[in-house]
Amino acid sequence: MSAVMIIRKPTRKWEKLPGKNTFCCDGRVMMARQKGVFYLTLFLIVGTCSLFFAFECPYLAVHLSPAIPVFAVLLFIFVMAMLLRTSFSDPGVLPRALPEEANFIEMEIEAANGNVLAGQRPPPRIKNVQINNQIVKLKYCYTCKIFRPPRASHCSICDNCVDRFDHHCPWVGNCVGKRNYRYFYLFTLSLSLLTIYIFAFNIVHVVLRSVDSGFVNTLKETPGTVLEVLVCFFTIWSVVGLTGFHTYLISLNQTTNEDIKGSWSGKNRVQNPYSHKNIIKNCCEVLCSPTFPSVLDRRGVMLEDSSSPTHSDASAASTHKSSNPVSQTTKSSAPLIPNEHTPDEAKPGIGAGTQKSTSSPKGEKPPSPTSPNAVAPAVIKESTH
Amino acid sequence: MATEFHNLQELRHSASLANKVFIQRDYTDGTVCKFQTKFPSELDSRIERTLFEDTVKTLNNYYAEAEKIGGQSYLEGCLACLTVYLIFLCIETRYEKVLKKISRYIQEQNEKVYAPRGLLITDPIERGMRVIEISVYEDRGSSGSSSGSSTTSSSGR
Repeated sequence: MSAVMIIRKPTRKWEKLPGKNTFCCDGRVMMARQKGVFYLTLFLIVGTCSLFFAFECPYLAVHLSPAIPVFAVLLFIFVMAMLLRTSFSDPGVLPRALPEEANFIEMEIEAANGNVLAGQRPPPRIKNVQINNQIVKLKYCYTCKIFRPPRASHCSICDNCVDRFDHHCPWVGNCVGKRNYRYFYLFTLSLSLLTIYIFAFNIVHVVLRSVDSGFVNTLKETPGTVLEVLVCFFTIWSVVGLTGFHTYLISLNQTTNEDIKGSWSGKNRVQNPYSHKNIIKNCCEVLCSPTFPSVLDRRGVMLEDSSSPTHSDASAASTHKSSNPVSQTTKSSAPLIPNEHTPDEAKPGIGAGTQKSTSSPKGEKPPSPTSPNAVAPAVIKESTH
Repeated sequence: MATEFHNLQELRHSASLANKVFIQRDYTDGTVCKFQTKFPSELDSRIERTLFEDTVKTLNNYYAEAEKIGGQSYLEGCLACLTVYLIFLCIETRYEKVLKKISRYIQEQNEKVYAPRGLLITDPIERGMRVIEISVYEDRGSSGSSSGSSTTSSSGR
């Protein structure tokens, strides 16, 4: 039996996402483009901790307590986990509006603005909403073609609108937004603790050893100590300060972006409508609220062929989180050009009658009904017997 | 033009997309996910107001349930923090569970209520939780009906 098998890796949606992000591990990891400072952060943390484990820990474990290195290891693991989680996760990127939605919003704006005389500048695109008895202005984003939800902002480095945008942090190589703010905070907090811990035990170690061998000899025996103390000293000032600043922001339920712009500074009687006026409640909302799923479907498979929706429906539905990509099975021999007459044919993703794909963690959803300009060739796979 | 679309596949094959209506978010309660229940005029002749409002209100309730800050969310948060968030490799977050419920609900609504009227709701998660997109289909057979292009009703809201 002739067996023709052409298996091509299906195109996943992350490959076609606009914006200046880099993706790794087939869409599982999402970062900003410039990662140099992130590597520096990694190097500093791993390097300093390695020196600590190499030079100080053997001495301290013997002379003081073995619990010291154990706790340091736990703290180190926590810091690295929080850093990687902040850096690799979707901060809360809002996907850009598809053409129909963009047109719909344009129409609404034109209707609201009325007739603009030629030569006159059209009024700024702003929507006013009332939140908790406060008027909040929603701005229109020309890049993403949406009215930004409250607290969202457009990051020019990543070229995305991010929900509850805090700031773009080059040290973690990613934006800090709604989805990863708590990991960022826990990272700075645990890093402060780790830095203080290492600094303190460095001092203890030097003191203890100097009693036996003398100060200069101690430094000769453990040269790493000097380096560690130096790094920790400068780190403490910056990271502890940052942690304090973010603790302050959390207690007021504000973002760095709002703080910098002075949105709720109190002049003109403008107050923060999102604050519960209670420190505990604010902290709970920021740190203990449910983890929001990503609305950016990175690992969904792009549908290229619109000719046989029923078949591609069945095959494309099962996008699992597991590593093997699902190859599409198009059994029809219809042309592989998207049908121009029905550009927005409701694709299988919406409530497909027979098969329903499970929405697995990290917000993977069935392929969006209107996959834009997908012209990658479909995969034809005829099974061999 | 009283064609019944019981099967969603039938809907796609025999009807052409005429228009899309977008239900926007309602921000009056803050940043929680909530959609406006205001009935859009484009759907005036297609579906009863009460049915539409029921759908949107149920969706709003689901989202409120997902985003509720209470005992369960604290527990989930603390447990996750203690396990360095590795626990999410094994279990689903509460939000994801509710999103699944929402998916099922929308599918059921589409099959029972909206498809027979030539409409189709898109799950908001596929639009970044910004809008509920309702696709309006016109029966291909009835050529007399206005293939409502997007310029029909620029309703000044």
